[in-house]
Formats: sequence, C-alpha cells, structure tokens
Amino acid sequence: MKLNKIFKNILLITFATMLLSACATKKVTNQMQGDVYTGKDTVEYLASGVPDRVFFATNESVLTTASRETLRKQAAWLRKNSKINVVLEGHADERGTREYNLALGERRANAAKDYLMTYGISSNRISVISYGKERPVDSGSNPLAWSKNRRSVTVKAN
Amino acid sequence: MNKTKFYIIIILLILIPKTSFGLIEVDITRGNLNPLPIAVSPLFVESKSKKEFQNLLKKKNIGEEIAKVVESNLKSSGLFNPLKKEAFLQKPDIAHLKPRFEDWSLIKAQALITGEVKYENQKLRVEFRLWDVLAGKEMMALAFTTVPDNWRRVGHIITDKVYQRLTGEKGYFDTRIIYVSEKGPKTNRIKKLAIMDQDGYNIKYLTLGNELVLTPRFNPTNQMVTYLSYFKNLPRVYLLDIETGVQEVVGDFPGMTFAPRFSPDGKKIIMSFAKDGNSDIYTMDLENRIVEKITNHPSIDTSPSFSPDGKYICFNSDRSGYQQIYVMKSDGTNVKRISFGRGLYGTPVWSPRGDLIAFTKLHKGKFYIGVMRVDGSGERLLTENYYQEAPSWSPNGRVLIFYRETKSDPEGKGFTAKLWSIDLTGYNERLVDTETDASDPSWSSLLSE
Repeated sequence: MKLNKIFKNILLITFATMLLSACATKKVTNQMQGDVYTGKDTVEYLASGVPDRVFFATNESVLTTASRETLRKQAAWLRKNSKINVVLEGHADERGTREYNLALGERRANAAKDYLMTYGISSNRISVISYGKERPVDSGSNPLAWSKNRRSVTVKAN
Repeated sequence: MNKTKFYIIIILLILIPKTSFGLIEVDITRGNLNPLPIAVSPLFVESKSKKEFQNLLKKKNIGEEIAKVVESNLKSSGLFNPLKKEAFLQKPDIAHLKPRFEDWSLIKAQALITGEVKYENQKLRVEFRLWDVLAGKEMMALAFTTVPDNWRRVGHIITDKVYQRLTGEKGYFDTRIIYVSEKGPKTNRIKKLAIMDQDGYNIKYLTLGNELVLTPRFNPTNQMVTYLSYFKNLPRVYLLDIETGVQEVVGDFPGMTFAPRFSPDGKKIIMSFAKDGNSDIYTMDLENRIVEKITNHPSIDTSPSFSPDGKYICFNSDRSGYQQIYVMKSDGTNVKRISFGRGLYGTPVWSPRGDLIAFTKLHKGKFYIGVMRVDGSGERLLTENYYQEAPSWSPNGRVLIFYRETKSDPEGKGFTAKLWSIDLTGYNERLVDTETDASDPSWSSLLSE
C-alpha cells in the first residue's frame, strides 16, 4: 500500500519534471520560475537545512519539484523529532476573491499534508489551517510579492 | 416578526393621498442623464419644539437636519437633483400649508417636499408632504412618531416613501450595512465587525479585533448576522444577534466552515465546509440543527447564494478547472454552469428581485463587478478596477455595494480598502464613507417593514 503510494509519487514527480521542462521557455528571474517563488527572502527554517515553506503557482495547489524536496526534508525532520506536531498554514495572494482564496489556501496546505503523509508522517501530527489572502508575508502589489504569498508554511504546534 | 424594533411607531395617519394620474414619475431603469429637480424644503419646527430638540439632540434646527438627510439620500440615488435651498423663495411653514407653486417652478423644481417636526409627549412627530409642482397637486402626505434619537431614520423613511411614490419601487434608505472595518499593516490586518446606516452614519463596532473576522451577512428577515470568525484560531461560521450581542458557532464541523449566507426565509444557513483539501456546500437548519450536504464534488464549491424563492442556489466552483458560476436546485441536483465569458468569475449573489445574479470577474489583471441573468445570458460589467469584489444587493435590487482595494508599493504603502456602491445602470458609482478602511459589506432589508 505504502510502496504503491511512493511509486505513485515517483510517477507524479517524473510527470511534474516533464511538465516543468516543457515550460522551460517561461521567464525565469532569479527569484521566480514561471510564477512560482524560488527565492529565500521569506523562508525560515524548522532546523538547519529544513525550510519551513513551499510555494505555488497562481490558482494552483500542485507541488513543484522544489516543494517536494522541501517537504521530504520536513518529513525526515519530523520522523527524527517524533514528539513535534505541526500546523500547515495555507495562503493565497491578494488577486482573488476572499472566499475562493480561503478554499484554495486549505487545498494548498492539504497538498503539503498529503505529501508529508506519504513520507510516513501520521495525520494525527498534522493540522491544517487556511488564512486565504488574510496574512500576506509581503505587502507589495506586484508579481514577486504575490509569489511569496502563495505558500504553505509548516509551523511547530508544540 | 416584530421588525420595528427601534420603537418606531409608524402611525400612518391621515390625509391619504388622493389617487392621481399623469403626475411626475421617475424611470429608474435608465441612467442619471436627467435627474429629477426636487426641492426639499427644511421641515418647519415651531420655537418650543426647536428648543426641546436642541437640548436633546444638540442640533440647532432639527427640521433642517432631517431635510439634509433626505436631500443627501435622494442625491446618492442618482435619480434626483436636490436644488440649493438658498434659492427657495417660500418659508418652510407656509410652504407646508400650501406651496405657491409658481415660486417653486421658477427655480425649476418639479417636485417639492415640505414638512413639520414637533416635540410631542417626549416623542418626535413628523408630518410631510410631497407635491407635484407642475401639476400643482399634493402627491402624498404622511405622518409618524418615533423617539427623538431616531431622527436620522425619520429622514430615511421619508426618502423611502418619496422614492416609492415617484419611482413605483420600494426604497432602500432605511437600511443598514454590516461590514468589516480594517486597520493596520497588510501583513497583520486588524479586522472588526462594524455596522452603520446605509449612508455611513451611526457606525458601531461589534467585535474588538482580537480575532480575524470576515464576510458578515444579514438575515433578510431580521437583524441576525452570520459571519466567519477565527476565534481560538479555528475558522468557523458564527451566528450573531446584533441586538443582544449573543453569538454561537453554527454546527459542529471538524474543520473550516466559511462563506455563510442565510436562506431567504432566514431559517437556514448555507456555507462551505473544507476538509482534506476539498470544499463542498452545506446547509444547516437553525431550528432543528439538521445539516445537509448539498454539493459533493472534488473541486472547490463555495460562495453559495439562494434565489429569493429558495428553490435554487448559485455558487462558485472550479470544477471546470477555473472559478466559474453555477446554478443548481436547492437540493443540489441539476447543476448547470452559467458563466461562459472570458476570465474567472466569483462571488455570485442572487438579486432580491430574482432576475439577476451579481458577480466579481477577473479578466486580464482587472476586476469587474457585473450582473448576468440567471441563465447566464445578458452579462453586463458595471465597473472595472484594480481590485474589487463581493457585491451585495440593496433590498430593492437596484443598487450594489462592494469593496475596492488599491495597489500598494513594495512597502505596502498606498493600500486602501473602501466601500463603494453602484446602481444597475452603471452610471452612479459612489464612495460609501467609513471612518476606517472597510470590506465585505452586506446590505440589510428595510428596517421599517
């Protein structure tokens, strides 16, 4: 069952990689790929080398390759620290209606939760909350600011 | 069903208007190209009453103040052009008895409002008349009594009666707006529930700002409100009685509930419940607490709104891949997509008249407030801006109130959130002034019905 899920993930990753290489012509700035944030400005660390957040494309809740890597690091850290529980906080940018964004934030945080679970973290240790567009980390009104705000942040709950 | 909670005792006396034909009429389906010139004479107050009101209300001339409320309401509708009172030739007391119509037509007034305010048995008694200047006839006369503190409402009720007499449709002036008051930096906004009269007066704050609150909506049948609160960091739909301040969680859901609205009979709340990355639409009966699941789809289903007969629900879903508007029967069957234009569509809300659905649209980086017929045809965009959303209908279905945000620089400067209204013609757009930034407005039904 678990193997099956991992296999499914590998398939998904291959798929995502293919998709990404297909989009290689999209503009790549030093902080964004497509419209997904790839910089480090707002990132905090749960432990050395374990980033606390992953970023999403506009209107999307699909995990990028980089997000998966981050979440695998978080899963490894959670396995080592079995007493720590986490809250996944899902967020959206300001360019969407409030109610839809609440649902989208929840969907994003759950995408991260599902991935942590496939790497063996029990759902009892993970809770999810959506803030929609209510708690941006960057208050600018520009594409880079919005990319930093489309995120799921893993926060220690205890 | 006692809606006249504010002790308004409307004594519809009197002088019932003689039925009249061929008198002035205002067509509200057209733009404000030719607003009707109307004179609102200051209401007459005899000196003894004037003194009493001065002591009670700290207003020098309450008759003038009430007339100002009426004037500003009429102007904001975009259908009337209230004339400057410096030009008035006749004194208020004499005009109220019997206007000299030549004097009023000289200043181009087509309609005239006169009246008298009295202090009687510790109450405020007002009597007013609406005159057709050109025909030289009285169109309406009415009197009512209320507590003096309600003097602004007196102005709103007069406006409603005049509006109805001249347009043939109910007014929307004796109403309130509940909204979210906003303060502080974008990254840590403090939000409070606030309520005010439709014209921005009498603002009261209903929460302290300790927790995030969003999307308050009025019960169309009374003065209850449903909204989303992050109390104890658990986003849940709440029910609030604004008279008593008592609030309670709606239902017992193991996760976020949001996007609440009342059914048209006020007996149910319809909302979204999010679980495991999927949001579906549910209703809860407020009497027997029975919860029903209305949609069952792996996509996001949210922003539900009932048709006024309660038979249908419009809602927002991304089941096609992107946010679009759908309509279904109130039991969740017969789901049909109705938005097919370019762009994304959100926040559908059914008109109280039943004929239109208002929405927010995002297309090429711009946000629009628009309306379409309930089958999706006849889409009309009323206003375009950098960011705006969440229209709410006036109870007569002629005006929408919504909120608009401005762009901010990288430091967050320049950001504002304000309430705006626009009528269905799209010509009459107005800022609804609030002392703080504001969002998520919801329009009440008429208070004095």
